[in-house]
Amino acid sequence: MSHWIIAPVVLPALMAALMVIALRRNLFLQRVASVASILALNAIAIALFWSATTHGPEAYFLGNWPAPFGIILVLDRLSALMVLLLTTLALPVLLYAAGSGWDAKGAHFHPLLQFLLMGIAGAFLTGDAFNLFVFFEVLLIASYGLMIHGGGRDRTRAGIQYIAFNLVGSSLFLIALATVYSVTGTLNMADLAQKLPLLPQGDTALIRTAAILLILVFAIKGALVPLQFWLPGTYANAPGAIAAMFAVMTKVGAYATIRFGTLIFPTTLPATGTMIADLILPAALITLIVGAIGILGATTLPRLVAFAAIASMGTAFTAIAGFTPQSTSAALYYILHSTLATAALFLIADLVTRRRTDASLTAQPPIAGSGLIAALFMAGAVAIAGMPPLSGFIGKLLILQATRDQAPLIWTTILMASFLMILGLARAGSVLFWKSHATAGTPAPHPTEPLAIAATCALLAALAALTVFAGPVTHWLDATAAGLYDPAPYIASTQLYEDR
Amino acid sequence: MELLVAAAVGLMTAVGIYLVLRQRTFPVILGLTFLSYAVNIFIFAAGRLAVNMPPIIKDGASYTDPLPQALVLTAIVISFGMTAVIVIMSLGAYLEAGNDKVDETAP
Repeated sequence: MSHWIIAPVVLPALMAALMVIALRRNLFLQRVASVASILALNAIAIALFWSATTHGPEAYFLGNWPAPFGIILVLDRLSALMVLLLTTLALPVLLYAAGSGWDAKGAHFHPLLQFLLMGIAGAFLTGDAFNLFVFFEVLLIASYGLMIHGGGRDRTRAGIQYIAFNLVGSSLFLIALATVYSVTGTLNMADLAQKLPLLPQGDTALIRTAAILLILVFAIKGALVPLQFWLPGTYANAPGAIAAMFAVMTKVGAYATIRFGTLIFPTTLPATGTMIADLILPAALITLIVGAIGILGATTLPRLVAFAAIASMGTAFTAIAGFTPQSTSAALYYILHSTLATAALFLIADLVTRRRTDASLTAQPPIAGSGLIAALFMAGAVAIAGMPPLSGFIGKLLILQATRDQAPLIWTTILMASFLMILGLARAGSVLFWKSHATAGTPAPHPTEPLAIAATCALLAALAALTVFAGPVTHWLDATAAGLYDPAPYIASTQLYEDR
Repeated sequence: MELLVAAAVGLMTAVGIYLVLRQRTFPVILGLTFLSYAVNIFIFAAGRLAVNMPPIIKDGASYTDPLPQALVLTAIVISFGMTAVIVIMSLGAYLEAGNDKVDETAP
């Protein structure tokens, strides 16, 4: 049994505690410890990725209790991929936060970031539904602290709305889990996958209710319409570096939907059938449209990027709702792309807003270093809108290909929304960078921040790499998606009811 | 007893939802607390209602399901911590903005 599976959870927890207790007064040492921790996490994530690719699913039994009586973590290709995505995103975000001075604007930035990583990694790795709830709470409580980092009136108020929304979501999650437990007597995900098909006919109504409640909770996390209201205010008011890190938090909702929709409530399950897919698809398409219109109507740059994040979640959920190996593979590719692209765009928006007097989308005197930042914005906008040559184009192409049988509805919506996104992003870019030259005034001096710029470039370079290596990546994702629809190895790895 | 528990859960959920939709932070926090009380009792009921039975397996004696009790303890601790967080945040927002509206748009 490999103990490395729990390392992405334990290492950030220990590092966060160390930073709070021993390095509280020394920002430099906190930065060093944070970078070291995330580099180590990257190495562990790559090792886990390699292990999941070559050896298949593997379970980790906490306290060595046999499943389903103890809590287990399960490393399979999907969770390994998501953990790798998380650590890949965390490094540039951390460097940006250090390079731009965000982490010095309030106490405990680095410990909270480590706790956030712990919660997200745990949510990706766990094989127990109640444990998933616990890790959701860990990542949420860290995100509450990070969201109001630096303080300020609007930020605190947006933080309260964010917390209240998520506390209601947590209550729904608990009600759903209690309903599942009352019917099946287990919360282990692999055990649920085995027990649900054997349920008596009379209990299927309760399971359907629980399934809908669970999908509601994941839709809150994934910002699906009509549960997206928390996202624009939260992301637009959060510090830029934190908003970039939050780009992976919506993907926790997408991950949980994929996991529950393939393992626990597959379309072959008589109790739920295609109910989940039928619910998600219209919501996803409306989410996409709302996001695209929001990009057109946004009055500030961070809000524009927040709506771009909503639109990208709409696109991802459109693909997820297919629930076929091909569409899931396309969804995973798009999730990889949109996480990196949204994060890059949030960092660029932060680069722009900090060099201006306010964040509004109006013509103001040109900002310091305008040429380079305009080029970065251009690249980020191309990526998020899904234009060639970057990976957003390939991702959308894969999704269109996977949804051929519903082409009139889905293709029209995706293509129309892409057009609106291009329009909104082009308008924002021209107002921010071109019309500024027509206004009187000289650029206000601002430090060049080479580390922050380099971190942003690193994210864009990751997108370029995702484009160049699209062949091997999609090949790997195809195998991953095929594995999701054949959960026997996953279930076998948990050794249910076996005396080990 | 089933009726009493069901009515309590339903009533507290209704009160919680009503209060969560209020405009000021204090009722909203009370509403979230009511919701978490309702959820805690609901989780308890998920293990079936049993009176005067220990959550320990003993030969010959009947017992009640111990797992929901463990789940409810976790849920209580988490909701308690979360409530503390939102109380402090609301206090901070009140002191900074001078009012306790949840949804006031920036001037």
